[in-house]
Amino acid sequence: MTDHADAALRVKNGNFYHGRQQVLRDVTLDLHPGRHYILAGPNGAGKSTLLDILAGLRRPASGEVMLEGRALSDYGPPELSRRLALAPQEYNLNFAFTVREIVAMGRRPYLGRWGVLGEDDQHAVDEALAALHLGDLATKSVTALSGGERRRVVVARALAQATPILLLDEPVAGLDIAQAMAVMALAKRLAEAGRLVLTVSHDLNLAAAYGHELVFLKEGRVVAAGPVEAVFTNRVLEEVYETPTAVRYDEFSASLSASFRLG
Amino acid sequence: MPLSDNPVPHPNRLSPWLVGLVGAALLVVLAAVSLGSGAVAFSLGEILDIIWAVVTGGDDSLPANRMMIIWDVRLPRIATAAIAGAALGVSGAVFQGLLLNPLADPYTLGVSSGSALGAGLVIVLSLFRPDLPWLAGPYALTGGAFVAACLTLAVVIALARDADSHLSPTSLILAGVVLSAILSAALSFLKYLAGDQVGSIIFWLLGSFQARTWTDAAVVLVFFLPALAAALWSAVDLNIMSMGVRSAQTLGVDTKRVRYLLLAAASLAAAAAVSVAGVIGFVGLIVPHLARLLTGPDHRSLIPLSAIGGALLLSAADALVRVVLPGEIPVGVLTALLAGPAFLLIFRRNMRGAPHD
Repeated sequence: MTDHADAALRVKNGNFYHGRQQVLRDVTLDLHPGRHYILAGPNGAGKSTLLDILAGLRRPASGEVMLEGRALSDYGPPELSRRLALAPQEYNLNFAFTVREIVAMGRRPYLGRWGVLGEDDQHAVDEALAALHLGDLATKSVTALSGGERRRVVVARALAQATPILLLDEPVAGLDIAQAMAVMALAKRLAEAGRLVLTVSHDLNLAAAYGHELVFLKEGRVVAAGPVEAVFTNRVLEEVYETPTAVRYDEFSASLSASFRLG
Repeated sequence: MPLSDNPVPHPNRLSPWLVGLVGAALLVVLAAVSLGSGAVAFSLGEILDIIWAVVTGGDDSLPANRMMIIWDVRLPRIATAAIAGAALGVSGAVFQGLLLNPLADPYTLGVSSGSALGAGLVIVLSLFRPDLPWLAGPYALTGGAFVAACLTLAVVIALARDADSHLSPTSLILAGVVLSAILSAALSFLKYLAGDQVGSIIFWLLGSFQARTWTDAAVVLVFFLPALAAALWSAVDLNIMSMGVRSAQTLGVDTKRVRYLLLAAASLAAAAAVSVAGVIGFVGLIVPHLARLLTGPDHRSLIPLSAIGGALLLSAADALVRVVLPGEIPVGVLTALLAGPAFLLIFRRNMRGAPHD
């Protein structure tokens, strides 16, 4: 495993435009290892763009992005791929790779040109498959999987990448509640083992239960960011979603929980 | 080629080594049978004697006309067909992976319409300028087709580039399709200008390996080998990129570099094949599909198997039109007639296996 101790990702005064439209406005975020961050906010708030910027896929028009004290843009693709992994929301399903082949792609940063897996790599792939309960599906073609299984496959690929930073783009969208809880619990465990994990999610109650910190984005601005207890409040949720909200402590799940007035 | 990282074999896949060896063996047998068959028949022993004599430069006792038929007529023709087929197969596999689209082929970006227009221009010019006999020669035709194909590719890339000179599959396909349509219209105009001589343009378009020489084989080989090397060098990256480009970058793939390298290499190989043989359809489309069906989508096995499969398919088709079928049907017609329905069968089969969503 890689040393996680010094991993930290930060954006300072980040601005981003799609054409003339400003998508991110003066975004400042400080992300630390050992914490599970949930990035939430209404559709079109700029979450995906922010994720792209954190992953080094786009550069902000102004402002800086730093990884472990160095500008993110200074990292070459191979070096960055050993520090940071991204599980995308969607991927191309036109080619019938098996689950194991896809998860093994996560080892690319450590392999030679011909991509032959060594013993350590096999082990990392097996562990990632097991962590996402994909062991039985390993030789199945990805085209034959359900939507939920496909999502777990890319999370497993990111996990096999063995990076100190993990970015998960809506990993639980479309998963049933048991699977969603399993994936969120895994993300939290990975963070508690020393990684920096950032998960984009629309499920607020899962966010409150499994996140250490919440980041709410609205119209390209960070509206609120901080520990769950500080940020998961009526005031913040009503401001972000413009819906009457009641936050309470739920005995049964032993976490904060929000309910919304039905429109 | 072995997928040693896959300890549990996939239930529906054959070993790439097995398929590759069987394919290569078939190719050798086919070449031997094809060399010996035709208007003048040869035994295997005589063929080997002739090849041995030419290669070692000794033994003048063999009849010169029989040596010429094997060494100067049949062998270069078979070699050109096999290498062109291999080039189209590899090029098709690369384009399908790169454009994330199993329906892409070497011609998706307009290489075929570009070279067709180039060849058409040379043919029409030679009609209007009988005082320039070199225009009617084979090198003017091949060269014109190749230059036009390269120009077409350059224009498609220039059109498809975004502000950061990234190339997205969608804009590449769109630019290729639109430019192809424009070039086809220009070619129609050339056919109209050619008047009674329109037949020579049409015959070239249909594709043929008749009277191809060692020079033709060498032209295709010179562009095929770099394309094969580039595709094998990028095979693992191509696997990752065929799942989507965004996350390929976070896996350390320099997607921009891989795209430009492979687009250039695969297009040049296809352009060389088309310039020498004419527009031969379906080989580049169907061969990678068949290879995926047999051994899976991993480009480390898909690329070499597409080369072997393309060589096999096109030399078999050429042997059919030369030896078996009456007259000389253009080989491009035969590949379309055979491979088209085969492609539909594969397509149907895949559709039934796919989830309905």
